Amino acid sequence: MNTTVAAAVSEPVSRAAPSRWRPSLSRSRKWALWGAYAGLILFAVFFLIPPYYMLVTSLKTSQQIAAIEGNPWALPWPPTVSNWLALFTDTQFPIFFRNSVIATICTVAISMAISILAAFSLSRMRFWGSATLATGVFLCYLIPETLLFIPLFQVVGFLGLMDSMWVMVLVFPTLSVPFCTWIMIGYFQSIPKELDEAALIDGASRLQLLLKIFIPVAMPGIIAATIFAFTVSWAGFLYPLAYIFSFDQMPLTVGIASTMIKADVFQWHMIMSAALLAALPPLVVYAFLMDYYIAGLTAGATKG
Amino acid sequence: MADGTAALAQTGAARSAAGPRRGGLHRMMRRQSTTAFLLCLPLLALVLGLMIFPAFYAGWLAMLNKSMERFVGLGNFTFLFRRETFWNVVWQSCIFAITAVFFKALIGFILAHLVHVLPAKGQRKWRGMLLVPWVMPLAIGTLAWWWLLDPSYSAFNWVIRAAGGENIAWLGDTFWARFSVILVNVWYGAPFFMIMYLAALKSVPEQLYEAAAIDGANAWQKLWHITLPMMRNIISITVLFSLIVTFANFDIVRILTNGGPRDTTHIFATYSFALGIGSGDIPLGAAVSLFMFPILGVFAIFILRGVRRRADAMG
Repeated sequence: MNTTVAAAVSEPVSRAAPSRWRPSLSRSRKWALWGAYAGLILFAVFFLIPPYYMLVTSLKTSQQIAAIEGNPWALPWPPTVSNWLALFTDTQFPIFFRNSVIATICTVAISMAISILAAFSLSRMRFWGSATLATGVFLCYLIPETLLFIPLFQVVGFLGLMDSMWVMVLVFPTLSVPFCTWIMIGYFQSIPKELDEAALIDGASRLQLLLKIFIPVAMPGIIAATIFAFTVSWAGFLYPLAYIFSFDQMPLTVGIASTMIKADVFQWHMIMSAALLAALPPLVVYAFLMDYYIAGLTAGATKG
Repeated sequence: MADGTAALAQTGAARSAAGPRRGGLHRMMRRQSTTAFLLCLPLLALVLGLMIFPAFYAGWLAMLNKSMERFVGLGNFTFLFRRETFWNVVWQSCIFAITAVFFKALIGFILAHLVHVLPAKGQRKWRGMLLVPWVMPLAIGTLAWWWLLDPSYSAFNWVIRAAGGENIAWLGDTFWARFSVILVNVWYGAPFFMIMYLAALKSVPEQLYEAAAIDGANAWQKLWHITLPMMRNIISITVLFSLIVTFANFDIVRILTNGGPRDTTHIFATYSFALGIGSGDIPLGAAVSLFMFPILGVFAIFILRGVRRRADAMG
């Protein structure tokens, strides 16, 4: 979507430039382009250092890591995939992965159900205080988790969910629901009112209106919100760190760092292999759905 | 709904068709507000039960003693005020948030311009590559940085040694530890700014630049008189947002330094975690985290104003 906008924007410029300015303009353009590439490469290197180094380290044996001589940045020769295989046989990685998957699927389902229903109501119907609630949802999005984790510690203890992976399903929606609702209100409001009036006149119920018109029309928004909820719960760190202590209940983010340190020895080749695999699901989703991801980011405003 | 009935009245054909159902529409409108409220009920339960109530509960918790049996009023706060570590935390939180947000905004602004210069076809690829830090879970990315900054195996130190320099204790020395946590935060957040600013840049009408070029404006004047004023609103919203999130950041400091060396890199969130969960003094931890509240509240009010203005501008 953005690319078409960019194409539409950049085209008139070249056409509009008067012919006698063209030589100097194109020369300065060319320089600007080369400068841009140089700058971008510089920043791309900075941004991609950690994932690259994760990959390099995950392909090394512990002897290759311990060798103080030699270039740590170079790909090891011969590379080994034994770390990746060992993750699944010798460590609790599969358990962490399973916990992360379960917590994320539940969180996404709950978040989307809550936010679609609420957004449907807030964007089309009125009740006492509905306008205040719409603003309030946005303000709630601004409450950081670091403000809530201590009182929630008491709440979680009271509910008997301490040290259970289900605590993530309870508290992760607080991170995703406000923003998902906010995105969905925006998308639902952009649906022309004539459309639901036509459906109501044809005798559709509210439920049919939601299922047959709102959800299909606002699909890009739903995908963007789903991606957001997925990313947030997959990356959740503070809550599980505070409320989960048993290894068999931990998600990936907390589990990797806390179990692969054996007797104060950091097994960096294992930590980096696990980290790489843990970072993969969001990266894959992002690679395929980049436009939705970015639409979600720039819809309204978001955290960063 | 008022528009709906008006629209119905306008077309005679529609009126006769809708005639028998109009009673149903009216009944629907009466039931509507109850339905609307019921649809919002799950949201209300979540927000009230797990966000608003805990926020106030934190205020109550902060006024109890360590075993949470006795009410001590503002005792926890006066205790904190007397501790040097606490003032270090306040100071470090401000340095951390302001420096990191400044560099994130600056790098994001530069990157957005660099990407914007490229031909449309290449933009997608670069944008995709540059957003990777933001897509990775922050805790995972920070683990990689931790390994990059490791005291004995730091890959950066290898480069520095190769260039003839001395090893740097990235996480062991106060200055470098502060530098490192800010560096990681900039690494993580700058792509987000880039995306926001790029979207804003694309919304600036190209005619403005053409008009300025014909008037003989140079690149600097175009930036100062067109780009910045057009982007002012989005810049302020993004910066305020980022100030809140950076101020309340937890993952980076917790994983990289856990507050060390000698508590000099602790920020509100990690200090409150160390006191509340680490040492088991829930009320004191709650008291520390509550200090974020007024600062974040002020930012939030400004953001709300900005978002409202933006919504109005978009109609």
